[in-house]
Amino acid sequence: MNTALETVACPGCDLLQTLPPLPHKAKARCPRCGEILAVHPPDPLERPLALTLAAALVFIVANTAPLMEMSTLGREVSTTIVGGAHQLWVHGEELTALAVAFCAVIAPAAYIAFMLAVLLAVRRARAPRIAGELLRWAILLRPWAMDEVMMLGVLVAIVKLTQLATVIPGMGMYAVGVLVVLLCEIMVTVDPREVWSRADWADGRLPRRVLGSARAAQ
Amino acid sequence: MSARALTAAQSGLVGCKACGLLSRPAALAFLGYCPRCGARLESRRGHSIEYTWAFIVAAAILYVPANMLPVLTTYTTGSFESDTIIAGVISLYTSGSWPLALIVLIASFMIPLGKLVALTYLLMGVQRGGVRNARERMRLFRLLDITGRWSMLDVFVDTFVVALVRFPPVMSVEPGAGVAFFMAVVVLTMLAAKSFDPRLIWDAAIDG
Repeated sequence: MNTALETVACPGCDLLQTLPPLPHKAKARCPRCGEILAVHPPDPLERPLALTLAAALVFIVANTAPLMEMSTLGREVSTTIVGGAHQLWVHGEELTALAVAFCAVIAPAAYIAFMLAVLLAVRRARAPRIAGELLRWAILLRPWAMDEVMMLGVLVAIVKLTQLATVIPGMGMYAVGVLVVLLCEIMVTVDPREVWSRADWADGRLPRRVLGSARAAQ
Repeated sequence: MSARALTAAQSGLVGCKACGLLSRPAALAFLGYCPRCGARLESRRGHSIEYTWAFIVAAAILYVPANMLPVLTTYTTGSFESDTIIAGVISLYTSGSWPLALIVLIASFMIPLGKLVALTYLLMGVQRGGVRNARERMRLFRLLDITGRWSMLDVFVDTFVVALVRFPPVMSVEPGAGVAFFMAVVVLTMLAAKSFDPRLIWDAAIDG
């Protein structure tokens, strides 16, 4: 555990303050604006790695299995997530199709892939610089990965369509539900500061954790 | 607090927006890059007020066609019917699922409108100065930042309705021009919230 006191500027209001040593599961909040400054989950790298691996597998199912199936007059139509975006494209709504594909497929896929790379890289005490770079991108992408919004959208669509015909939820829908939970869990179990303490600095300096263990070895 | 608490900017320091590292730039005129993660250092987000205004104005303009134009057109044998977002909410309500109607109403009508009004209020406070209720304004900003993405709900509903109802000539559904405008409103309001720098609220506060 890192016990050295660290001075930070609150990202919400820029107030300078010293982070106290945090007990497990505790959060440090800015006293002025209430922004969360630091978290200290009990197992900040291994647990999110397990969850991210699970999310990667579930993501594959969620994107290949049909979300739902509609049948009427002896005909059946089913759709996947990409299938939905494809149908928008076919009907001339290219821009919206791209937005749907980005928020429902590309952003979650990139988020999971980046987090997987980051968490695998920091299994060693000293990680390459790219780990920090990818973490930055993952955090930037997270709000655009809208799996939970899509999940609710699928449910509303099912309710809308049951008036017209029989609609059966598919395997893909259940997978999306699991994926939503996993993505949330990754967010709350990972500690970005733990990643930063292991990744090499952009200016070539050694990360804090490496410096700390070198000092301890002397 | 007797002595006013210091911000990083007042002390000549910059907190990195990406990794949080606090650093002291060599020159305030050129802050350079974060030594740890390599992100560009900014004391306050560059042109935050101008960008946020631009996104808000663009979103407000597109909000009109997004709500006037149909998002879905249902073709049944011999006839067709076009639905705007509000018409979709009403048909959900009349078909008996009022909780869903309420969710869609909040996500696609009230959240975008509320976001535009709230961001305008926050921007005007920042530009006028003398902000007294900074904590409440901060809470408002967090709320609109978190809820914004839920407006995408209707776009997903329309997508999957279009993808499933493909039984021509008996029944089929086509997306309307409103969907693209609505999607643009959601993306623009999200970008507006992302470009607004909440630290400006506290710079303008007089009771920090």
